Amino acid sequence: MSGHSYDAEKYWKANLRLIFGSLIVWALVSYGFAIILRPMLAGIPIGGTDLGFWFAQQGSILTFIGLIFHYAWRMNRLDKQFGVDEE
Amino acid sequence: MSQFGINIMFVGGSFLIYILIAIWARAGSTKDFYVAGGGVHPITNGMAIGADWMSAASFISMAGLIAASGYGASTYLMGWTGGYVLLAMLLAPYLRKFGKFTVPEFIGDRFYSKNARLVAVICLIVASLTYVIGQMAGAGVAFSRFLEVDSTTGLIIAAVVIFIYSVLGGMKGITYTQVAQYVVLIIAYTIPAVFISMQLTGNPIPALGLFSTHIDSGMPILDKLNQIITDVGFNEYTADIDNKLNMVLFTLTLMIGTAGLPHVIIRFFTVPKVADARWSAGWALVFIALLYLTAPAVASMARLNLMTTIYPDGTAAEPIEYDNRPQWVKEWEVTGLIKFVDKNEDGRIQLYNDAPSFQAEADARGWKGNELDVNRDILVLANPEIANLPGWVIGLIAAGGLAAALSTAAGLLLAISSAISHDLIKGSINPGITEKGELLAARISMAVTIVVATYLGANPPGFAAQVVALAFGIAAASLFPTLMMGIFSKRVNNTGAIAGMLCGLAFTLTYIFVYKGWLFIPGTANLADTPANWVFGISPLSIGAIGALVNFAVAFAVSNATEEPPVEIQELVESVRYPRGAAQAQDH
Repeated sequence: MSGHSYDAEKYWKANLRLIFGSLIVWALVSYGFAIILRPMLAGIPIGGTDLGFWFAQQGSILTFIGLIFHYAWRMNRLDKQFGVDEE
Repeated sequence: MSQFGINIMFVGGSFLIYILIAIWARAGSTKDFYVAGGGVHPITNGMAIGADWMSAASFISMAGLIAASGYGASTYLMGWTGGYVLLAMLLAPYLRKFGKFTVPEFIGDRFYSKNARLVAVICLIVASLTYVIGQMAGAGVAFSRFLEVDSTTGLIIAAVVIFIYSVLGGMKGITYTQVAQYVVLIIAYTIPAVFISMQLTGNPIPALGLFSTHIDSGMPILDKLNQIITDVGFNEYTADIDNKLNMVLFTLTLMIGTAGLPHVIIRFFTVPKVADARWSAGWALVFIALLYLTAPAVASMARLNLMTTIYPDGTAAEPIEYDNRPQWVKEWEVTGLIKFVDKNEDGRIQLYNDAPSFQAEADARGWKGNELDVNRDILVLANPEIANLPGWVIGLIAAGGLAAALSTAAGLLLAISSAISHDLIKGSINPGITEKGELLAARISMAVTIVVATYLGANPPGFAAQVVALAFGIAAASLFPTLMMGIFSKRVNNTGAIAGMLCGLAFTLTYIFVYKGWLFIPGTANLADTPANWVFGISPLSIGAIGALVNFAVAFAVSNATEEPPVEIQELVESVRYPRGAAQAQDH
């Protein structure tokens, strides 16, 4: 692996894009839905409270799990695609 | 068999398992000792991270915090899990590729500076040592409640057990005992929660029970809880809060602090490949979520159970008579963690919010002040008794609480002792030390660290309660930004990194000390620690996130004003970004 090849750069950019997208979702469910935007979601009832409360106590955690597995799956595929995996 | 006998059986049995695992997983090399030989399966590692991460605070205190403040305490739920997203994407895979043994080692190599490594070692030791004091103290409390020994004796027993498996096995012994400890703690946490959820809602899954219908009243359980507690003057459980800026910053501080805590990061050095580091972050969060999704259910249901115990005929009727209080209240009164004072001398237990807003109604009912004081920390421990569960569940809770405290303590102790033996002794004092010599040094530092932590656990300094602010503030403001810049920027150089770390740290510590007292010495605070005094309403607990921003800003500004890092360092940054060659990288 030479660090300066065209492909290596593309691999790193693809990684950065994936991280950026994931962190937008990460921030949206926790800082957004669960905290700042909670009043906007107040109209959506769920089991005696509102959707914002659900995101604060459960929804964000479930989303975090999904984000990590999605990232791991996509990155492991990118590793192979760009030939930087460890096999 | 008596309850005491059952407790001894459960705790003793779990300890025996840990010691047997330790003998099986002895460390033969420094690689075994620091990174468990680098051959841990990602799911195994995820489980070990779960036990490592979930401390006495998660197991014992978190549900109590949520029960007390409802929605506002969601910060802990999100903050202590969201950090794993940052770890999985911003730190773990690259640090695994770097393939060394400790966090300061990466900082020292990447910023080509022994001083940077030394600053990192100091941050690591302060953050981890303050954190470990709480674990040791927690283990002492669990022993004294369940095994009827005084807490110092309990602490020494706990220290001996940790000593056996961590000195013998290092990371290898710790990893495999943590897997066993995870199993013990998750079973102990879940079983009482399932029973309580069944009793209240008929739903066997507590996380779903939280949003289900309360059988007795036919209302959603959160509605019922809101109604009962507002009737006696408390805020609604699900009420929104006003200070959103502080809630955002506190959550962010806990997230980046989590990602920056060295005892968690070093766990990712133990897996064979970079891809495994990514997977194990996901598995870790799955195993953590099993407890974290149950905790809010435990919190609301326990609060509801407490309220209906005190007001058996509804809040409009008179509360329960003191002489008719249930057995579990009597037992916890003995420990002093539940206190009753009959202020209006009517022989009944008035539990309500002693606030001006409720004064008129309290006067009208002839109440002269709140009479029941319940320590938040007993909620999880008392849960089986509140729900009338059999004695073996109580024994299980005892073993679970100890598993949570011991597994986190061992992980922290390993982070501290490897920083001493690998970064200080091999890195600075005696670089020519042999492999055998370093392994011995690692074991001796581990032993010394355990003795120091045990002493501090038995005689906790006054600031032990402030640990959260300090440990997370330091990790968030110093270690996380520096590690991240080391990977994502080729431009940040030695001067910039050191300046950034020191400024982030100085800023954060100053803000904490202004409100909490300098070095936490009582009476030295410049301002009272109240929301009215906080700058923009930002509490000292939340300041780490701003400290991290200071670190980033200073590091970039100083680096851009000084010379670029040398070519070989830029190549090092390149190499950590691409997974190929990680297996070889570790055999150094």
